[in-house]
Amino acid sequence: MSDHASRLLDRDYSGQPEALTPAYKSSRLRAPCQPLLRLPETVRDVTGPVFGHDKLGELDANLVINAAAPNQSALGPRILVHGCVLDENGKGVPGALLEVWQANAGGRYRHKNDGYLAPLDPNFAGCGRTVTDAQGRYQFFTIQPGAYPWPNHVNAWRPMHIHFSVFGHAFAQRLITQMYFEGDPLIALCPIVQTVKDPQSIDQLIAKLDMGRAVSMDHLAYRFDLVLRGRQSTLFENRPEGN
Amino acid sequence: MRPPRRYKESPSQTAGPYVHIGCTPNFVGVQGIYSADLGAGPDADLGGALQGADVPGERITIAGQICDGAGELITDAMVESWQADAQGRYPTAGASFSGWARQACDLTTGVFTFRTIKPGCIQTSGGPQSPHISIWIVARGINLGLHTRIYFADEDNSADPVLAAIDPMRRQTLIASQRGDAYVFNVRLQGENETVFFDL
Ligand SMILES: [Fe+3]
Repeated sequence: MSDHASRLLDRDYSGQPEALTPAYKSSRLRAPCQPLLRLPETVRDVTGPVFGHDKLGELDANLVINAAAPNQSALGPRILVHGCVLDENGKGVPGALLEVWQANAGGRYRHKNDGYLAPLDPNFAGCGRTVTDAQGRYQFFTIQPGAYPWPNHVNAWRPMHIHFSVFGHAFAQRLITQMYFEGDPLIALCPIVQTVKDPQSIDQLIAKLDMGRAVSMDHLAYRFDLVLRGRQSTLFENRPEGN
Repeated sequence: MRPPRRYKESPSQTAGPYVHIGCTPNFVGVQGIYSADLGAGPDADLGGALQGADVPGERITIAGQICDGAGELITDAMVESWQADAQGRYPTAGASFSGWARQACDLTTGVFTFRTIKPGCIQTSGGPQSPHISIWIVARGINLGLHTRIYFADEDNSADPVLAAIDPMRRQTLIASQRGDAYVFNVRLQGENETVFFDL
């Protein structure tokens, strides 16, 4: 694809958090003061690394057992998380690498810097990854993570969430975000969620219970779609390319 | 012709302090899930090798640290890089040079180190760009990943269209200096000598 055909749409910042969001304390000293310098579209990073399905391990998308002893599994409500990675034009993004990480059912991370008193689960590590199929679809099995306290303010609790890292096809599409769970009352109280001002954009981060994909006596399911920046359409043989 | 935007880009959320579990699990001792961390070096399992033995180009090392607005070192950030090869071409899938790497900052010293090859000049419709490496930084407290670039002090950067658009006083924040046999590229997130970050 030529440089011209693959230009990215300007970023729509209306759904994105500001850098400085004082209610989320850690942003106070880490937010740049200067505005971002807008690069002309001709010099944007429209290419990026591409990862294949072939490199993934067999259990990478199954967090319930990928760190478990033989015949054991992680503690907690078993869930399937699935959805599509789309671009702003509504087109599925194939071959997108998703990496996820999360706390265990008690709200504890397997990380040397997490000292929360909830116990580690010996059968759960909390990391997984998958690559979207030709239509941009993905899925992984995991357990529902617990809410956990953090030192932002007195009695601050993160809602249940799963962290997502997403690669599109361009380095400028790179995205890290978090998935929340429909109905969690802590969402409205969380200063990290509330760094996003637009309520509809916040709703994009909330996975919906999907009984259609739940399996009786086995697991519940949540649907979570992700949207990456889109590309400009250019006239190619008199028809818009990329639509 | 521009297609209507049917959807809005998903909002970014901070990578938080435990980004390593998902992105560099072996680095924090979460072992046995992935055979190697993505983009960590020549043995990385997903083609993150920047330094295949057969890749032509000058081998370089770039080391740096990231400071916050109070001048404190940041020890929980993750840095990713994307660059062209020595001929100035961006790698495509399956190329022996992947062009991409990922480094977690050292949990104590905050140092990140990239061992790579020096990229060539890049021809774009916006004009020739001086050799540079695109950098993306995420961490706790960073709501939207920060894009910047590493240029090199020993290159002629006078005609680069991106540097030309930057206030000369701030331009030097993007230029790695040479110290011994390595380049040094320090990042200041906020305040005096604040690094220039881009809206790509
Ligand atoms: Fe978290």
